[in-house]
Amino acid sequence: MPAALRAPGARLSAWFYGKRPPEHGAITLGHRRVYIVPTRIGLMFAATLVIMLIGSINYVLSLGYMLTFLLAGMGLAGMVHTVRNLARLVIVAGRAEPVFAGEDAQFRLYLDNPAPWERPAIMVRHEASGAQTVTNVRAGPGTEVVLPVPATHRGWLDLARVSLETRYPLGLFRAWSVIRPDYRCLVYPRPDKAPLPPSSPQGGAGLRQATAQGTDDYSGLRAYQPADSPRHVAWKQVAHSEAMLTKQFTGDASAELWLDWSLLPPALDVEAKLSRLAGWVLAAEDAGLSYGVRLPGTELSPGHGDTHRAACLTALALHEATTR
Amino acid sequence: MSTALAHPLAPEQRAVTGRDLGWLSGCLLFVMAPHAVRVPWWLLAFALCLFGWRTWIALGNRRLPSIWLLIGVAVLGMIGIGIEYRTLFGRASGIALLMMLAGLKLLEMRTHRDATMVVFLCYFLVLTNFLFTQSIQTAVVMCGALVAITGALVSFSAPHRKPVADLRTAGLLLTHAIPIGIVLFVLFPRVQGPLWGMPQDAYSGITGLSDTMAPGNLSQLSISDAIAFRALFKGPIPGARQRYWRGPVLWDFDGRTWRSGPRRPRATDDLVEGEAKYEYQVVIEPHNRNWLFALETAASLPPNAWISNDGQLMSYSEVRNRMRYDMTSIAGARRNGPETEGSLARGMLLPAGYNPRTLALAQEWRRTIKDDGALLQHAITWLVEQKYVYTLLPPLMGRDSVDEFLFDAKRGFCEHFSSSFVVLMRSAGVPARVVTGYLGGEINPLDNYMTVRQAEAHAWAEVYVQGRGWVRVDPTAVSVPGRADSGMANSVPQGDPVPYLMRADSAWLKSLRYNWEALSNQWNIWVLGYNTERQRDFLARIGMTDADWKDLATMLVSALGVIIIVLLAWSLKRLVRPDPVQQAWLAFCRKLAAAGLPREPHEGPRDFTGRAAERFPHAAATIRSVGEHYISLYYGAARQDAELAALRKQVREFRPA
Repeated sequence: MPAALRAPGARLSAWFYGKRPPEHGAITLGHRRVYIVPTRIGLMFAATLVIMLIGSINYVLSLGYMLTFLLAGMGLAGMVHTVRNLARLVIVAGRAEPVFAGEDAQFRLYLDNPAPWERPAIMVRHEASGAQTVTNVRAGPGTEVVLPVPATHRGWLDLARVSLETRYPLGLFRAWSVIRPDYRCLVYPRPDKAPLPPSSPQGGAGLRQATAQGTDDYSGLRAYQPADSPRHVAWKQVAHSEAMLTKQFTGDASAELWLDWSLLPPALDVEAKLSRLAGWVLAAEDAGLSYGVRLPGTELSPGHGDTHRAACLTALALHEATTR
Repeated sequence: MSTALAHPLAPEQRAVTGRDLGWLSGCLLFVMAPHAVRVPWWLLAFALCLFGWRTWIALGNRRLPSIWLLIGVAVLGMIGIGIEYRTLFGRASGIALLMMLAGLKLLEMRTHRDATMVVFLCYFLVLTNFLFTQSIQTAVVMCGALVAITGALVSFSAPHRKPVADLRTAGLLLTHAIPIGIVLFVLFPRVQGPLWGMPQDAYSGITGLSDTMAPGNLSQLSISDAIAFRALFKGPIPGARQRYWRGPVLWDFDGRTWRSGPRRPRATDDLVEGEAKYEYQVVIEPHNRNWLFALETAASLPPNAWISNDGQLMSYSEVRNRMRYDMTSIAGARRNGPETEGSLARGMLLPAGYNPRTLALAQEWRRTIKDDGALLQHAITWLVEQKYVYTLLPPLMGRDSVDEFLFDAKRGFCEHFSSSFVVLMRSAGVPARVVTGYLGGEINPLDNYMTVRQAEAHAWAEVYVQGRGWVRVDPTAVSVPGRADSGMANSVPQGDPVPYLMRADSAWLKSLRYNWEALSNQWNIWVLGYNTERQRDFLARIGMTDADWKDLATMLVSALGVIIIVLLAWSLKRLVRPDPVQQAWLAFCRKLAAAGLPREPHEGPRDFTGRAAERFPHAAATIRSVGEHYISLYYGAARQDAELAALRKQVREFRPA
């Protein structure tokens, strides 16, 4: 996002936290990067103490002084404990499974607690999306936190800034720290729910090519889609009804299906073309076909299975992609 | 534990649970319980109704009442309190208001933000308890309350934990608060209160001698264990018969009540004669009156005090806080200089038409005895012959109270003895007056403080004898010699309601009591009595003379800074538990480095041990074994304790050279 478009708050926080590059590996929250400010409750506590102090002075209550000062000490000790609840926490990025655009990317963070006690009520918040979770971090490694971040665009989705915040134990202070782990999730294009394209032995506008000699059989009709070739439009049926229909063919089970970028209607923009291809990849995989993908500059030879599907979708996701 | 709240840590977005409500109600009831006996019954019932209402709502998951209904209830309560106390701004009415508000706040408590306000209210209510008592017991009980209240606050920040965990955290926080609290207590610049005019009722309920004496006043006081003052003697300690602590002198009698009347400062001050000189320090409990107490006869004047012409020590302001002053007294001394005619005349006034039998007896004596001294002696002899009984439970006296005591009932308390004797003397035309104060005092062998209790309140007489001045006559001691020697409790008949602490008790009970009182005395001096003066003394002792508030503030801030840094460093250090495997490995690497083979930064354990094994062939087996154990322990899935022990042993015994 260009700097000029950023909200003033975002610019301010960028200035405050510095333009820190993403951090690799385990991130330790040193106490220098834990910030702390009193909360509104904390200010009210201070006001209560002032009233109690005045009361103690006025009525010459030695135990009143003692109580007021003990509570003041408790507030300060509470400040130290709040810092301690966050300091030296180690954050390790987990694995984010690829998702399709429009879904939530599940970023997994593991909070390792080197202290021998539990750290209660730590909020982990994804700054940009507001996704957040409150967790008690148990002693030892591996408390898992999942941040569901909406994936809107295909390509790499950077986790970007994540804040950790706590008000434990007294709620009088708010301690927080901001991390930027080097952690991204692959987002596949949003799949179009398009049926597989009809085959064409000549290969012309069709996307399906049989390896064996043209044994494609007419199998039925389906609703017309803008990308369908005019050759496959069932003109006879169209003349009898209002709806546009397309003739559908099934091929040999062993037939190889090429999902070719260059043969998509040029009217579609890049994202729409990738969405269509992604939809076809899913449909072809479901139909148990052997399929290949041809993109400008990339070709994945026909194959089948989860790994192949993932490779195809990755190629689609990263086609001329910029990291967000 | 995901939640749909905009900010799950913000207290205003979290609803209170039944547990929060129960916990807070318990805390409120606990800190308000001591006030229950101090407020009128209807207010107690009103406050309990509010609690009951809130419980009923919580149990049935009903809706909280609207704010308008609550305002209506609040106004009703305030009107009631206003009618009861005639003000809303006194100490007692303020506490009544707080109790009502606590109940109302519960009825308006929806989120943790409201609940936190209730917690702060609880803290404040703890403070209000100190208005009435600041004893060690109160402090201990309130410390318990503090842990419970703080536990509630902790539970808001850490939901879904066991209450025990919250209480433990609260205890830990309060423990960490103690050093900060002490530093603030000692160094915070003290201002001598009050800051503004106190409410009328600020000091009600404080017992002590008054400047009037009616039948029943002193015997009322004599059932009180409360301490009037303590004294620490520098040199010799006066004997039991010398422990007359002089208080208000009473001149004016109306047939029933003695009053002190107007006092004037003494013009000249010259003491003659005297048997023994006593130097001591008095720590007087607040009694909300002007008088100070000193052994007879006072020979010095405390600061901010004056002495009246009848020998009474007066402070310029009421004694409203525990106060210390140094005194010198000379036993048996008398004042030089003639008494004014006015005083002598005042010392002979009697109400007309009262006590005719006493008057007749005295005038009969007067006819035969002309000398005042001889008459006094005669009266004392007569008193002894009459065999009066000293009792805390005298019969009720009628209009001619002196006649009834002297001739009919013959039972009475020191007020009857002194009053009757003075009336007898005045009837005979001898100037006389009543002196009230305390007779007695018990030395605590642990700290040598002499404790004088309200129960030791006493009244005696002074008679003016030409050439000798005012002479002390204690008609009680004359009739009942035991009163001065062995104390009040042993002089009254069995079955009289003697205060518990005054009874003759078993040895271990006595030693327990001495220990407790010595502790209380230290508490009074060092904790409750720590004021501007004590602070100055303390600072002078640590080498800071003439410290002003700026010095104090500097010291305070630096001390607090040091404590917080130490606390922070300590708690951060405790955060990391060093890994024993890594520690052993690092020790191994240090040994090799010392032998001239440091590990290169890029070298993994396998490469490094390989290189080391080549360099030190005689220890190659050990080196390789250490490397394998380390790799298996550090990178392996499950750690075997036996393997760790083996690794540590190998590293410990390893000698590269």
